[in-house]
Amino acid sequence: MQVYKELAEIIRREQVAEDIYRLTVKAPDMAAASKPGQFVMVRTGEGLDPLLRRPFSVHQVAEGGMVQILLKVIGKGTQALANMEVGRKLDVLGPIGRGFTIADDSQHFLVGGGIGIAPLFFLARHILKKSEPFSIRVLLGARTKDEIATLADDFKSMGLVVDTITEDGSLGRLGLVTDLMADLQQEKPVMIYGCGPYPMLRAVAKTCRENSWGCQVSLETMMACGLAACLGCAVLRADMKGYVHACKDGPVFDADDVAWL
Amino acid sequence: MTASGTFGYGEEFGSLVNLHRLGAIIAKGISLLPRKGNPPPRIAETACGMLNAIGLENVGLERFFTEKLAFLRGIDTPLIVNILGDTIEDYRQLAKRLNDEEKVAAVEVNISCPNVKQGGVAFGTDPDMAHAVTKAVCQHFSRPVIVKLSPNVTDITLVARAVEEAGADALSLINTVLGMAIDIESCRPKLANTFGGLSGPAIKPIALRMVWQVAGSVSIPIIGIGGITTPGDAIEFLLAGATAIQVGTANFINPQATEEIIQGIGMYLEKNGITSIEDLIGKARTS
Repeated sequence: MQVYKELAEIIRREQVAEDIYRLTVKAPDMAAASKPGQFVMVRTGEGLDPLLRRPFSVHQVAEGGMVQILLKVIGKGTQALANMEVGRKLDVLGPIGRGFTIADDSQHFLVGGGIGIAPLFFLARHILKKSEPFSIRVLLGARTKDEIATLADDFKSMGLVVDTITEDGSLGRLGLVTDLMADLQQEKPVMIYGCGPYPMLRAVAKTCRENSWGCQVSLETMMACGLAACLGCAVLRADMKGYVHACKDGPVFDADDVAWL
Repeated sequence: MTASGTFGYGEEFGSLVNLHRLGAIIAKGISLLPRKGNPPPRIAETACGMLNAIGLENVGLERFFTEKLAFLRGIDTPLIVNILGDTIEDYRQLAKRLNDEEKVAAVEVNISCPNVKQGGVAFGTDPDMAHAVTKAVCQHFSRPVIVKLSPNVTDITLVARAVEEAGADALSLINTVLGMAIDIESCRPKLANTFGGLSGPAIKPIALRMVWQVAGSVSIPIIGIGGITTPGDAIEFLLAGATAIQVGTANFINPQATEEIIQGIGMYLEKNGITSIEDLIGKARTS
């Protein structure tokens, strides 16, 4: 697998919600090679603390060799990235991992929770290359409106039907994203593409299993290198007899291949 | 050299690093049989460092031969294989099998991994056990035998001398420093294994001190390891008495770190009018 290391200039920085930022960087090799669901490893500065790179899924690629990441400020590293000014260069490695596999002749449901929405834009674009907009439906869940309102609009501007649900009812229905899956209408085989926090994905995988729907999930793990060297990103296999690794075998897994603990 | 466990089996870094320029590749530690490793979370970041409790996950000797060696054979860089076991017999068998494979320039005997319950660390903390393991490997491996030492001991020079006496050709030190971290939200240890090995820039002063101590008490060469991230770090280890160095955790942050450090040492020598790197070795100890 060809991985590139690029010093990528920050072209744009947008604040899309209170703690959520979208960075657009110029990384032509990575932009050309990236597939939906793959991720990049970003250094958060030149110092030694934070030490490790941070993984981000590729949010979108755009013309001119642009790669976008969506980040939520949760600690020192993501705060440093959120504060980076346009013109600064980011040390980025990627694209890394196994992304989503687009199912043929299916109804595609893109199911995202909170910041987990990030890779689904890129995926939607790819599906639209071979399918009609009506074959895609986007289901987004979050704690509150602010986390997803802008991103939901972005999906709508692509001509897609978007259902939203929030835990406080401030946008769309009140509840969890799996509630939106309860009344899915299906004429064709269903493929669910899920990305979000682990408990949400576990619930999504369970619903899919009960309905015999296809299900691919993008899993987040602690990770040091992204290059299958540290073996830190272990995910227990469905047979519970060993581990697969998010950086090499994932981050996108068939939900049936991993153990849901 | 690239430290064991931080560079996979070389192939993982093939698209980013000119592997031919490295002094040696030290393969991820292998055991006789595959090991699945510890449950996650296996990693936690700490200030200027990281904790890991991978649990020696590896493909085992057979799959190393069938899946990993072909790529390494194609690279004109010395290959050193890190080996680990639960018993002296395990080490003996690993040494025997690897001795038959010419591409293996040396073995590095891991007697110091803190993340497994049996073997490993016990061998590394007891001078008599360390002596016995070293002797067994030396009897069955005809090329250089390097023994990797644990810092998790009261006096590292005791183990170093025992290993030298048993016939080791070189020592590498240090392995990771035993540590832990706790998540204050969940009120639980951050690692599923509770304890893990601390590596990265945070441990460099400890490693340097131990290299200095061991260099003063053995006469075999020392390979310095521990938080080396820049050419300057590497030069400090040489000045303390190391003959060579390994780059570990820095490979995770910058896959090209080892290559850049080699280059940087060259520039340092040139800038200071030093004709041979050997002039640096142990220089801080004299005068």
